Amino acid sequence: MAVVFDKTKGLTDKAFHYCPGCTHGIAHRLVAEAMEELGVLEKAIGVAPVGCAVFAYEYFNCDMQEASHGRAPAVATGIKRVLPDNIVFTYQGDGDLASIGTAEIIHAAARGENITVIFINNTTYGMTGGQMAPTTLVGQVTTTSPNGRDPMLAGYPIKMSEMLATIEGAAYIERVSLHDIKHIKHAKKSIKKAFENQINKKGFSLIEVLSTCPTNWGVSPKDAMLWLEKNMIPNFPLGVKKEVE
Amino acid sequence: MAKVLMKGNEAIAEAAIQAGCKYFFGYPITPQNEIPAYMAKKLPQIGGTFLQAESEVAAINMVYGAAGTGARVMTSSSGPGISLKQEGISYIAGADLPCVIVNIVRSGPGLGGIQPAQSDYFQTVKGGGHGDYYMVVYAPATIQEAVDVTMEAFDVADQYRTPVTILGDGMLGQMMEPVEFKQPKKRTLEEKSWATTGYIGDRPRNIINSLYIVPSMLEDTIRKRFERYEVIKKEETKVEVYNCEDAQIIIAAYGTTSRICRSVIEAAEEIGIKVGLIRPITVWPFPDQAFEEYANKDAVKAFLAVEMSMGQMVEDVRLAVNGRKPVHFTGRTGGMVPTPKEILDKIKIILEEVN
Ligand SMILES: Cc1ncc(C[n+]2csc(CCOP(=O)(O)OP(=O)(O)O)c2C)c(N)n1
Ligand code: SF4
Repeated sequence: MAVVFDKTKGLTDKAFHYCPGCTHGIAHRLVAEAMEELGVLEKAIGVAPVGCAVFAYEYFNCDMQEASHGRAPAVATGIKRVLPDNIVFTYQGDGDLASIGTAEIIHAAARGENITVIFINNTTYGMTGGQMAPTTLVGQVTTTSPNGRDPMLAGYPIKMSEMLATIEGAAYIERVSLHDIKHIKHAKKSIKKAFENQINKKGFSLIEVLSTCPTNWGVSPKDAMLWLEKNMIPNFPLGVKKEVE
Repeated sequence: MAKVLMKGNEAIAEAAIQAGCKYFFGYPITPQNEIPAYMAKKLPQIGGTFLQAESEVAAINMVYGAAGTGARVMTSSSGPGISLKQEGISYIAGADLPCVIVNIVRSGPGLGGIQPAQSDYFQTVKGGGHGDYYMVVYAPATIQEAVDVTMEAFDVADQYRTPVTILGDGMLGQMMEPVEFKQPKKRTLEEKSWATTGYIGDRPRNIINSLYIVPSMLEDTIRKRFERYEVIKKEETKVEVYNCEDAQIIIAAYGTTSRICRSVIEAAEEIGIKVGLIRPITVWPFPDQAFEEYANKDAVKAFLAVEMSMGQMVEDVRLAVNGRKPVHFTGRTGGMVPTPKEILDKIKIILEEVN
């Protein structure tokens, strides 16, 4: 019988703990496929965050380190400086990367660390139950912005990709989305490029992945995709923010 | 090798390099700045990496990542910087990663001051970060000893898969003394088969982690770690017992303070008071047995802990002496250094009380 689909070797057989319809699962698969296709699984060392993806070390089929909240880029730096020929990546949420770990990501970019960063922006703190994140949209209701994010009280969402694109050390910054098949296919290409850059020693690459959190947004997985498209993309425009040839 | 005259901080850095440390991640803070400066100059020459991190938080997490690959790695800091490293140290202990941390203690709390102090004893010896863990802590008194324990620290860290701290103070870091670099006694160290180096298909993949969501698994992991701590207590406790035979008063002091206490012992001898010194070289594990032994002697009337703090190690002395003899304390804090006269006066008062 002809095999028409095979699960990527980049993922273990462990069942995901993610909520139904959560795009963390899609993002995992894209990262894993990219590594498998590039033949780097055996050289890869991933760094898992604190957030819903905390168990990423059980899913990615390569050596893994679990970092403390926000520090994955520093941990990845430590790994990469010892093993420059290995493939080192971090997988981080927006609380992890854009709030508690802002310093670590900016300085990893500034140093031009030759690592790949997968940044999952779902506008909320998923794991701790849907608090306001640095990426929460103005007016968006979360458990800690019960009346909607009020910029006078809680400031404005941070556009990490645009910010990081201003940094000289960054080689490739792109924002992609997982809300439909077309965009998922494109996200895969971008993620793969972010790994290729590392193989070619181009330096710091970060892919911001617009993602859903149906559970904490309080909508169905399908409506979450629509909400992402309608509300997130206008605030977080897709596209390449920086690419060094 | 011939002796060379070196500043404490530089000697510690050189000892680390001679122990095979090729990676250093740090952030500037007085009074330890000569360590990163030395590493920045020397490590690139031997194919290693020095990196000035964006903060102590980042530095200790770079140490975590590098240690997770099996490399010998070090960081150094002081007071406020060591406070920032506590999260990372807890994760390092929780993931059983070997590394060496140098703490050239300055006075606190807060920004405190940059003069020498011993007021970070609690932080270093009693945890500092969250959770059930200890780390091996050496408290050298001379630059030679700082060199010796730094070299040994890398072996001990690897052997027991634990962070090890070198607890110095501003005085030790800044002064100069002749030193010699001798390799420590050879240990049989296991391959780091747990390291994340890429799994190259011939071994199961490795995971560096401190998260155990099932309580019974976390308890088992911690209990196993504590079994290792028991072996460390048995095998690695270091103490110097000086002039304690027939001593009436036994001073407990470590690091720089112990050097001041030695001159007190001489001065006391001249006026007919016999004073001994128990000097912990490891403050964790604490040399309880030495204190127990002398607490049981009739000649010993009391113990006196002397520290550059308001009294921190004195609590461990009290635990070890366990009520068998009175335990007194004297010390200076805030970057002030106790004088021999202050200590001798305290000894006289104690003796008057017991007689
Ligand atoms: C130092 C520290 N502070 C707080 C927490 C609690 N915490 C766990 S996950 C998390 C937020 C994660 O949110 P995000 O990074 O957006 O990832 P998501 O769960 O949405 O995927 C927080 C605050 C922690 N583990 N450590
Ligand atoms: S809480 Fe949100 S981000 Fe976390 S697994 Fe569930 S849907 Fe995904």
